Amino acid sequence: MLRRMLVLALSLALAPLAAEAQQRTRLTVYTALENEQLQPLKQAAEAALRDIEIAWVRDSTGVITARLVAERQNPRADVIWGLSVFSLLQMEGLDMLEPYTPRGAEALRPNFRSDRSPMTWTGMDAFVSAICFNTVVAQQRNLPRPTTWADLLNPAFRGQIVMPNPNSSGTGFLTIAGWMGSMGEQPAWDFMTRLHENVQVYTHSGSAPCNNAARGEYGLGISLDMRAVTLKNQGAPIEIIVPTDGVGFDMEGTAIVRGTRNLDAAKKLADWAVSRAAMELYGRWYAVLALPGVQPAVRGYPSEFEQRLVNQDFRSIAARRDQILRDWAARFDGKSAPRN
Amino acid sequence: MPEAPLGGAAALPSPVRPRAALDALLLRGGLWVAAAVLAVGLVLPLATLLLRAFEDQAGQFVGLANFAAYVTTPALLGAAWNSAWTAALTTLVVVPTAFLYAYALTRSCMPLKGLFRAIMLIPVLAPSLLPALALIYLFGNQGMLRGLLMGESIYGPIGIVIAQCFYCFPHAAIILAVALSTTDARLYEAAEALRAGRLRIFATVTLPGARYGLVSAAVVVFTLVVTDFGIPKVIGGQFPVLATDVYKQVVGLQDFNMGAVVGIVLLLPAVGAFLLDRWAQGKRAATLSGRAVAYVPRPRRGRDLPLLGLCLGVAAVLVGILAIAVWGSLIRFWPYTLSLTLDNYDFARFDATGWDSLLVSVRMAALAALLGSVLVFCTAWLLERGTPPSRLGGAVRFAATLPLAVPGLVLGLAFILFFNHPANPLGFVYGTLAILVLNCVVHFYTVAHLTAVTAIRQLDPEFEAVSASLKVPAWVTFGRVTVPICLPAILDIAVYLFVNTMTTVSAVIFLYGPDTKPASVAVVHMDEAGQASAAAAMAVCILGVTLSAKLLQVATGGLVERATQRWRRRV
Amino acid sequence: MTDSALAERRAAAVARGEAPYLVVDQVSKTFGTVMALERVSLTVEAGEFVSFLGPSGCGKTTLLRAIAGLDPATSGRISQAGRDITALPPAARDFGIVFQSYALFPNLTVAENIAYGLRGPSWPKPRRAQRVEELLSLVGLAEHIRKYPAQLSGGQQQRVALARALANEPGLLLLDEPLSALDAIVRLHLRQEIRALQRRLGVTTIMVTHDQEEAMGVSDRVVVMSRGHIAQIGRPEEIYRNPANPFVAGFVGRSAHFTARVDTPPGMLQAEDDGCRIEADAARGMLYGNRVEVFIRPEDVRLSRADAGGAGSFAVTVSHLEFLGSVCRLTLEAGTHRRLEADLAPDAAQALGATPGAKLAAAVPPARVLVFPADA
Repeated sequence: MLRRMLVLALSLALAPLAAEAQQRTRLTVYTALENEQLQPLKQAAEAALRDIEIAWVRDSTGVITARLVAERQNPRADVIWGLSVFSLLQMEGLDMLEPYTPRGAEALRPNFRSDRSPMTWTGMDAFVSAICFNTVVAQQRNLPRPTTWADLLNPAFRGQIVMPNPNSSGTGFLTIAGWMGSMGEQPAWDFMTRLHENVQVYTHSGSAPCNNAARGEYGLGISLDMRAVTLKNQGAPIEIIVPTDGVGFDMEGTAIVRGTRNLDAAKKLADWAVSRAAMELYGRWYAVLALPGVQPAVRGYPSEFEQRLVNQDFRSIAARRDQILRDWAARFDGKSAPRN
Repeated sequence: MPEAPLGGAAALPSPVRPRAALDALLLRGGLWVAAAVLAVGLVLPLATLLLRAFEDQAGQFVGLANFAAYVTTPALLGAAWNSAWTAALTTLVVVPTAFLYAYALTRSCMPLKGLFRAIMLIPVLAPSLLPALALIYLFGNQGMLRGLLMGESIYGPIGIVIAQCFYCFPHAAIILAVALSTTDARLYEAAEALRAGRLRIFATVTLPGARYGLVSAAVVVFTLVVTDFGIPKVIGGQFPVLATDVYKQVVGLQDFNMGAVVGIVLLLPAVGAFLLDRWAQGKRAATLSGRAVAYVPRPRRGRDLPLLGLCLGVAAVLVGILAIAVWGSLIRFWPYTLSLTLDNYDFARFDATGWDSLLVSVRMAALAALLGSVLVFCTAWLLERGTPPSRLGGAVRFAATLPLAVPGLVLGLAFILFFNHPANPLGFVYGTLAILVLNCVVHFYTVAHLTAVTAIRQLDPEFEAVSASLKVPAWVTFGRVTVPICLPAILDIAVYLFVNTMTTVSAVIFLYGPDTKPASVAVVHMDEAGQASAAAAMAVCILGVTLSAKLLQVATGGLVERATQRWRRRV
Repeated sequence: MTDSALAERRAAAVARGEAPYLVVDQVSKTFGTVMALERVSLTVEAGEFVSFLGPSGCGKTTLLRAIAGLDPATSGRISQAGRDITALPPAARDFGIVFQSYALFPNLTVAENIAYGLRGPSWPKPRRAQRVEELLSLVGLAEHIRKYPAQLSGGQQQRVALARALANEPGLLLLDEPLSALDAIVRLHLRQEIRALQRRLGVTTIMVTHDQEEAMGVSDRVVVMSRGHIAQIGRPEEIYRNPANPFVAGFVGRSAHFTARVDTPPGMLQAEDDGCRIEADAARGMLYGNRVEVFIRPEDVRLSRADAGGAGSFAVTVSHLEFLGSVCRLTLEAGTHRRLEADLAPDAAQALGATPGAKLAAAVPPARVLVFPADA
């Protein structure tokens, strides 16, 4: 009798542990989110979904997209969480995303989710193209503080601007896509042609322009604002300027990879990724969130910016990606050596 | 007067089909294993990738359409030309400098030779980001020495050439030091007896004696520069070269077909250089005599002092660049907050994997060193001694010398496409440490293979014949004689694989899995996130590990020497 | 009769001394398109010492390696002690081999080198040690047992290699240019030692050499080879005295060589270039007008004072004199083109007044002139 009770007690005590160990599904999640965002997101998601364990594979947008496309015949990722919407649309075109409408996804802003039914991806957040402006260099060289994109055409900035090459960097493409979205296509080309005179280098890496500006190599780096935060925290004398005359932007999204071996768990994570709790977490870093009504914790963005984003048509730009890049290369890439 | 054969004369001699002994069959089996490893790790992945060059995005065969599209892109010829001239310029700077440095190490009586030998290895011990960062600190627009560039920018060909010179120097110096140390002293005695002047001796004995070494060094440097994409990416600004074009196509545009096209274009100069080297190596085998007398230099101030000066200069540059990078890992933020801190070494603050990535790297490098040196040495022995010359052997030999010409980026992609193919039964290794190890072993196969072949060729060619006559299987002789004699070379190979696996980025960046992110990739990630000091700190940690491995080799070298090389002493 | 029964009978025949120990029958060897051996046949008796002699590239080492199985023959048959070994791998054959380079394992001591082939259950440690000691004293190196090869002289190393090759008591000992890497004195000494050892052990031995003095000095028979063929097989004196063809005559020993035509009377030859006439017994049976090759050995040239030359002698001038210790070698000018050599005892040379410039009369016994029909 005593023995039976002991066994029963033991099994009761151990059962939940054993069950949890058995049920916890390991999801391989590919992402291009910033390093410091990974740990909080993983903790929150694993706390909310007790039976899921997240294993991150993080790299720059270009590398992670290249890996996903290369692995397409035999996918290794279960979920993509935090990748540029342009990459997601490209993969949608290659039929690489599992159609699934996460619970609550209908509540997202209309252009922050896939227009297919069931959805192939859902948005998380958007952030903007910004100028990393080095105040120390500005003082030394007597550079005016730009407030608009048009200000960058000032001859005073000649040789002081660095931006990513859209042919090598996802960030670079988002930047020019943003200009096209806000200015219209032809004016954007005119703008870039004139900006080209002031640009010193088109870098291969999307993070390099802001890094360069932060180190004082150049006065201004055109990049995405997320990049600048880390640098500023380290003590870089940079100001993050969001131009007032139109914003370039990037939207990040979540998707389930077609062919995942853990579809159920992946669906749970996709559900959580559009939940209010998740949106509040994204709000710690991003100014615009996919779910209306969630107040972001970041400040300092123009108020009308959110409105403008809402009207953006990502799909049409994504569809013309190849053509835009080819045109860009023909116009600006041929001039290879740095000019002075 | 031929005598009648026993048991009746055969009208016509019948062809002989030699019966192979069991051990010969097993050795041939070993060669098949080596061939299989190289096929799986090199040939098949490359073929998978290169086939993509003839397909469109949807996988339809399109013949040469991709090539046509690429050739009509104006930037192509520019990039090819840029690759060629930066590589040529680097070669022109590095090879003569490395020659003089190696000359000083082998043919002079200057002091501190051991120290100079150690210092010249610095660049191979550190990830290439380290010198790139140091160059930015030195010559960037905020750099300490930017005045030296006279208004030119470091971001472009100047930066590429300077960084490549730093990176390639040890490769050239090692090859030339070996070439110069094998020249026959009797030639010098003869030249002196003929009253030739020093310059004439240099021109008629020293240079010709080292000419194949010079060809090899030039080929290696040229190939390294053409295939490296890390340096042009970090410091090349927008200066396009072939390697960054591959990067642009694959990483920027996800266009594997075009990436494969550029990959093939990139293979061409590298393969050309490689064939040139093979030709030179073939010539060289015929000129080396086994009975050469070692050259022992005599002190001469007029030669020793200038060479010492040169070595001090080169060493100062190498150590200086390293010191700047180490300092860079200790400052808060270049160039505005130069106060010193150890915070940058708290990697968990910058990268989720923290210190674990260094552990992954060490495990990966240790495995690559262990398995790689076994594979490389056994294969080299099977090719040279274990099996008779055969077509299979020729194919393995070619495959072994090919990886030098394959850019890491191309190899990494090839691995994804091959190993992740749904039909590949080896798919289970994908995303594991095993695939990273295999990738690194294959990527650095060539130099390791050449080292092994050189060591084995120094052995008496009749060892295997003698053991066969004594009815001792060849592998017993391999274990009792060949391996003990070649142990120093095997250690060299292991350390070479270890060091390169620790520092490599280009191939593994596509292959690491959730739990297998190497430290060298973490360096790139931290740099991209703008944490230059932390990136430098991780690079310094990698350097610490590789340096320890090298020092361990030197330290245990003494023990190994005592244990296995006692017979070399004449007393 | 079954193959095995046949083999047994043959082995028994060899044991009784009725059949040769080693038979090489029509053996050819090609490397790619190069024919290194072309239908070579020869036999070696048990206990015999045979040398393969020839210029480099004549195929002598190829033949040795084919016998050893290191580079198996392309066609033909080789049998040893009645057993067909043509296709067997080296390890299945019964031989010991010594190379020019010694091929001693440098990281093993002398004792370890010699004991290298003494493995397996039939060689327990004490027996092995005893055998090593036995062999070392056989080659006279008992005190060097613990040394490494690098600590020995070349001659000592080669003795170790010899001991190692003999350790398994092989039926056949193969020596591939064993003395070529040694200096002259050690070489002479060691070759006599090898011969003495071979006689004592009675082991059938084949030595490859390009040194004719070495081959003649130690061999029972010499196999002269040229361009993948056997030019002649015979005892050393046979080879020297009665060469089978112009190649052997020219390759073995020194001789003056010229071409001539058969003249009258029978046995008379006339040199083609300067018309000098010389009598040769060997030319008696030849047709008038035929071209022949003529060889004259230095020791066959008889010299006398210029005024004392008998019939058949001709005038020569001493152009050079080489003092070699036991003999003087004179270089003589006969007529305008002919150059002869003559060996003379130093006393005789002095008596003749043979100094450079001296005029003498020379004659060659017709029986000693070597004559061969010239091909084409």
